[in-house]
Amino acid sequence: MIDVLIVGGGGAGLRAAIAVAETAPELTVAVVSKVYPMRSHTVSAEGGAAGVIGIDDSLDEHCYDTVSGGDWLCDQDAVEAFVREAPRELIQLEHWGCPWSREPDGRVAVRPFGGMKRLRTWYAADKTGFHLLHTLFQTTLRHPWIRRYDEWYVTSLVVDDGRVHGVVALDLRTGRVEAIPARAVVLATGGCGRVFPFTTNAAIKTGDGMALAYRAGAPLKDMEFVQYHPTGLPFTGILITEAARAEGGWLLNRDGYRYLQDYDLGTPTPTPKLRSMELGPRDRLSQAFVHEQDKGRTIDTPYGPVVHLDLRHLGAAKIDARIPFVRELCRSYQNLDPATDLIPVRPVVHYMMGGVHTDLDGATTIAGLYAAGETACVSINGANRLGSNSLPEILVFGRRAGLAAAAFARSHREGEPPAVRSQGDDERRRLERARDGSSVGSSGGERIADLRERMQHTLEGAAGIYRTGDALAKAVDTLADLCERAGEARVEDTSATFNTELITLLELRAMLDVARTIVACALGREESRGAHQRVDFPARDDDAYLAHSLVHRAPDGTPSVGLMPVTITCWPPGERVYGR
Amino acid sequence: MTTARPPGHEEARPYVRPRDRWWFARRRSLAVFVLRELTSVLVAWTVAYLLLLLGAVADGTTERFAALAARPWMVALNVLALAATAFHAVTFLNLAPKATVVRLDGWRVPAWMIQGGNHTAWLAVSALLAYLVLRSS
Amino acid sequence: MAAETIRLDVARYRPEEDAEPVLQSYEVPLRPDWAVLDGLAHIKDHLDGTLSFRWSCRMGICGSCGMDVDGEPRLTCGTFLAEYGAGPVRIEPLKGFPVIRDLVVDIDGFLAKLSSVRPWLVREGEEPPLTAEYAQTPAQLDAYKQYSMCINCMLCYSACPVYVLDPDFLGPAAIALAQRYNLDSRDMDDRFDVLNLEEAVWGCTFVGDCTRVCPKHVDPAEAIQRYKVTAALRSVLPWSGR
Ligand SMILES: Cc1cc2nc3c(=O)[nH]c(=O)nc-3n(C[C@H](O)[C@H](O)[C@H](O)COP(=O)(O)OP(=O)(O)OC[C@H]3O[C@@H](n4cnc5c(N)ncnc54)[C@H](O)[C@@H]3O)c2cc1C
Ligand code: SF4
Ligand code: FES
Repeated sequence: MIDVLIVGGGGAGLRAAIAVAETAPELTVAVVSKVYPMRSHTVSAEGGAAGVIGIDDSLDEHCYDTVSGGDWLCDQDAVEAFVREAPRELIQLEHWGCPWSREPDGRVAVRPFGGMKRLRTWYAADKTGFHLLHTLFQTTLRHPWIRRYDEWYVTSLVVDDGRVHGVVALDLRTGRVEAIPARAVVLATGGCGRVFPFTTNAAIKTGDGMALAYRAGAPLKDMEFVQYHPTGLPFTGILITEAARAEGGWLLNRDGYRYLQDYDLGTPTPTPKLRSMELGPRDRLSQAFVHEQDKGRTIDTPYGPVVHLDLRHLGAAKIDARIPFVRELCRSYQNLDPATDLIPVRPVVHYMMGGVHTDLDGATTIAGLYAAGETACVSINGANRLGSNSLPEILVFGRRAGLAAAAFARSHREGEPPAVRSQGDDERRRLERARDGSSVGSSGGERIADLRERMQHTLEGAAGIYRTGDALAKAVDTLADLCERAGEARVEDTSATFNTELITLLELRAMLDVARTIVACALGREESRGAHQRVDFPARDDDAYLAHSLVHRAPDGTPSVGLMPVTITCWPPGERVYGR
Repeated sequence: MTTARPPGHEEARPYVRPRDRWWFARRRSLAVFVLRELTSVLVAWTVAYLLLLLGAVADGTTERFAALAARPWMVALNVLALAATAFHAVTFLNLAPKATVVRLDGWRVPAWMIQGGNHTAWLAVSALLAYLVLRSS
Repeated sequence: MAAETIRLDVARYRPEEDAEPVLQSYEVPLRPDWAVLDGLAHIKDHLDGTLSFRWSCRMGICGSCGMDVDGEPRLTCGTFLAEYGAGPVRIEPLKGFPVIRDLVVDIDGFLAKLSSVRPWLVREGEEPPLTAEYAQTPAQLDAYKQYSMCINCMLCYSACPVYVLDPDFLGPAAIALAQRYNLDSRDMDDRFDVLNLEEAVWGCTFVGDCTRVCPKHVDPAEAIQRYKVTAALRSVLPWSGR
């Protein structure tokens, strides 16, 4: 029997695994992941990871930037713990070999980032997540007793009497469905950007962990807060990192005008100014784009309207030294060179502020079940995450969740309850039916991809950058209908070996559950805050909504939304001021 | 970290492609590679030949050796061996920048410079040797 | 006007029914900004849901999508369909690896090789407290940076004739990874025991195709040749061990 079973081999999952292996060598720990760990989405993060090290910086200032950036919806005790532990986690990564970029004297270098008042973002050129994930993965290889289930897809949690007892997972290679009993389970399954059509997120980001917890009875929190990143490439959704603006890039409309100055984000200066203009927070920048579009000042392309990101004045040498990956991506995926050409960009869905509701140690409401990383919502990101806060978040809370899960496993030594076997058997029968088509008839039913497209466009239409009550209410019905239809979607592939079509269907069902919570929470919050902007309720309303949305799954499968107070310690709600 | 695949989880038979006997003919770089491997035989012959010459000089049978060396097939073989040795040497020197990374004040010396330098040095040494040998005769 | 299309000849292997891979043809739209991977995704979404392949990031960084495209190992997310003119384009699983299904190959052997070179920072003594980093100048970072860029896509193995003939050859990416740590000023190991072997650096006959196909300019061939020099020196000069 496994003591600590971690679902997810991204940054959060691997950090948790190392924490257990290093502090509790007597416990067995396993990492189950639907892709090989180094393929996890953390690998795509580009810009950097925030942690206070400068002498002119302070923990308080990082807290304030985070809290105001999150439009006061962050839990401030969580922010304080996060900001305090982030630097030591980044140094720990350095001690494990992470190739951070350096100052001439050998110290770690830091760069400015959107919404941050000081230079505190550590970076490894513009492949920070890649180096971070590979460093973590290679460090786990020192611990041969961390057991790995590579390319196993977790289909459900085994929960009995309010306590988790393991998971049921499908081995892609053989098609076998197996119950894996465990004393504690950590969900580190990443975000759910794929519920939207245009996203920087990888194909694997389908919100599985959120759906697993939600179906097992744990509530999700703040699901209406979806971050749009202002600069994605139009067709592919490939991210052009914020570091491009931090190094001095400008956003221009069709007239070559730095339009952000029209949206209370400061006045243009030739070199970047912190918390101003292009270095404002992501929600405000993405909203400014929509206003430009309404004014007819964006540029039309086959993939919709865009504005331009201008890096030409930085020169090839600086681009190659600081943001070489941006140049590589533009050249190989967009056929242009940022040293001489303007880059077309548009806002794209990037990050999920919401997730499985947890406390500061990653504990959910189900005993023995923990969550960390993008899939969780400890609540340091509030209504809008600041760029470069999420990589340190997965480290800080990955470690905390790992340690808490180890402690839980140590104090709960009883054996495997019969529920594990029986739930495993049920799940196996259910999946085999879906695979051999006997539940639906292989010729009947709709195509998975068609349903997925419908869902994505429903979400974009109703829960995009600007939202209205009417559109959201309609989306509630559309999604409920899609959910039913997904129950009978067509699976043509009957093979047991590496059946990716079956996985695609399971992912679609997870996304639909998550999508319904996003829309329900967005409908419930009748105010505008951070990334959640209601055209019909344009103002922030602290009296009614300085609170988290908490969404449970009702017995009939519909989401039911409630509110939960926000923890305020030192920073009472104020106005968000940028560029002034 | 180790991978877990419990007993009973052997997948349906993966396909292993049978060995392709003409794999080296499929791509130019592979053909060059095989050619280079084959030149080793001739390089070895050159070494043996030079040893024979040394032996002959040592016990004064240079005349018999010269007669042998003048046979047409022997001349043909040696011309071939010279070509092979040259090919081997050139490709060898072209590898050099891969094995030696030269940095001058943070600037990495590019491969063509190292290759050029090697070839120049090789020519210079050959010229010197030729000069010494031809002068003494 | 009918939209332009291109034919993809895709290798199919379903172990339950096929004795060996067979090519299956599909017509997909030919769009200037479509990568080979977009063509495969179009097949899976709209033509034939049973086709299996791996992909994730679609930005050349996760290393999942390596396949053999018209006889060359390529990242399919970074290879435009338009490169192949009017087609057809042949898409097969990466050569040199056992095929699990369709375009999916077995990479466990590769991972075992990576693990075998001690790919982590080896230090002696106690770890200092987490208050300060180890110093490393930009020049010291540059000394190994290139070898740290490997995305484990395995294209280099697929291109390597030594590996294709001898699956036990440690191979380009694993040796480059060892060198990534060897050349790191913070590391205190030289991995001599795992690299100075016939099955490791000495197996390399320097074809150089690994470097040619590497999408991340890691230059594994260089890493291997440099270690040969290191190993030779260390064997001759006992004190030259670091
Ligand atoms: C393009 C891009 C750039 C970014 N840049 C930055 C940046 O510069 N700075 C910053 O701070 N943040 C950045 N972020 C955000 C940050 O990268 C992510 O929030 C973070 O990496 C998430 O890590 P994670 O460990 O939670 O999840 P992931 O890395 O997504 O890992 C999820 C893991 O869960 C596994 N999994 C999921 N479902 C299942 C299942 N059903 N069964 C088994 N396993 C499963 C997956 O296999 C995977 O291993 C960026 C994000 C994107 C998209
Ligand atoms: S060395 Fe290059 S080709 Fe080989 S696995 Fe790494 S990135 Fe891929
Ligand atoms: S899909 Fe990630 S490298 Fe191609």
